[in-house]
Amino acid sequence: MSDIMTAKNLNLWYGETHALKNVNITIPEKSITAFIGPSGCGKSTFLKTLNRMNDLIPSVKITGEVCYNGQNIYDNSVDVNELRREIGMVFQKPNPFPMSIYDNIAYGPRTHGIKSKVKLDEIVEQSLRDAAIWDEVKDRLKKNALGMSGGQQQRLCIARALAVKPKILLMDEPTSALDPISTSRIEELAIELKKCYTIVIVTHNMQQAVRISDNTAFFLLGELIEYGETEKLFSQPTDKRTEDYITGRFG
Amino acid sequence: MKKNKMIERTIHGIFLILGLLTVGCVLLITVYLVISGIPAITEIRLFDFLFGTKWASTAAQPSYGILPFILTSVYGTAGAILIGVPIGFFAAVYLSKLANPKVKTIMEEAVSLLAGIPSVVYGLVGMLVLVPAVREIFDIPDGASLFSAIIVLAIMILPSIIKVSMTALEAVPKEYEDASLALGATPVETYFKVSVPAAKSGIAAAVVLGVGRAIGEAMAVMMVSGNVPNMPSLFQSVRFLTTAVASEMSYSSGLQQQALFSIALVLFLFIMLINATLNFFLKKEKD
Repeated sequence: MSDIMTAKNLNLWYGETHALKNVNITIPEKSITAFIGPSGCGKSTFLKTLNRMNDLIPSVKITGEVCYNGQNIYDNSVDVNELRREIGMVFQKPNPFPMSIYDNIAYGPRTHGIKSKVKLDEIVEQSLRDAAIWDEVKDRLKKNALGMSGGQQQRLCIARALAVKPKILLMDEPTSALDPISTSRIEELAIELKKCYTIVIVTHNMQQAVRISDNTAFFLLGELIEYGETEKLFSQPTDKRTEDYITGRFG
Repeated sequence: MKKNKMIERTIHGIFLILGLLTVGCVLLITVYLVISGIPAITEIRLFDFLFGTKWASTAAQPSYGILPFILTSVYGTAGAILIGVPIGFFAAVYLSKLANPKVKTIMEEAVSLLAGIPSVVYGLVGMLVLVPAVREIFDIPDGASLFSAIIVLAIMILPSIIKVSMTALEAVPKEYEDASLALGATPVETYFKVSVPAAKSGIAAAVVLGVGRAIGEAMAVMMVSGNVPNMPSLFQSVRFLTTAVASEMSYSSGLQQQALFSIALVLFLFIMLINATLNFFLKKEKD
């Protein structure tokens, strides 16, 4: 498996706060990489550096490199909008737009210039199928998306992200606001999706990392403490702090 | 314990009375307007009053048709909305989403100031600057016209439109915008395709509020519109519903005075309608 993203000596400050300290990591493609760690450890912050969503916060300063397909995404020549199209994101709280299910999915493709109704219909159906929600919504595509349950909304958000045909899907604690059944559906979906997409998921739930991820990175106080195959990291952690965290001594 | 309860009750009572005072004023005005507005309408006959095109209250054969005033008010308001809404709307999008904090603070301050300027000052500046300019630019005998009034009204309604739209735009959850940006939309695409649609009821309320302000304005338009009861035409002197009442009240008597009350009643009904529309949009915004 080849590497699709690499961070080199990445540092990030929120104003005076040094939130990420010299992070180095490589993320293999078509796999699931999980970021774990206690609250405030920088895992979500790091996730957002991967598609430059941190750019939106005025006081952020970043040094180092994040390479996607060999290109530093913080280079001036990079088109941020194109980058975000290729590296999609699913947020912690399901955030469908206050419009119809159809328009939610079609939003991205329309933004990127697709106008043909036939083409849009096709993308909407395919995206909803890929997100395993087509059967539940195919009869109410014109209904407002805010009328769906939380779990459905989150799968809709995944479908919406897939509609612009990204290569990577970043998921920021996508199940933390969901019930156990919805959570397991999202997890199954993630495993299904890794056949075609690279998935990076931030999770608070260590069992979730064990269940679905191939590799796990453990963050603590802005540092990447340990990174490796999930099975190995959870069974034989090399760092004492990792062991303390996964055995529940803090966190 | 008992003493506390007494104090609570007394305070409740005082607040209730203060609240009822407002309601009482509205009721009083409504009842008074209806009672004093109806006689002239019955005497002139409703149809002739509303659709008569000639207002000659002091002529030997007086004529009390207020269609010129109604149309002037409607056209004037529509014109002000046509000019003021696009400017106010884009300004609101800019201030709530794009402007850097320093620019935003200064411009918001300016907008508040604009809202605080008394209407007579708008009228004065309009009279001394705008009216002569309109006369020169369009080469007409008198610059005091519907056009000048529209310009003044458009400026006067800007603060309401900007402020109410901004409030609605700023209330759009950031999550919506994040989702759009994460799909690769540019910030401007995001604001117009996600934020504005999400705030549309609030923006509609802003427009309706602007309509209310424009139709109710008297002093400023009286000073720049020429105040002649013509059927409205863009570059002619005109008279509005508000100014019709204001300009004749001091020397009116008899049926003429009663007719002025009837005009006020018509204006009042317009405002009621606008308020109902406003409440409709505000309620929608809440849901």
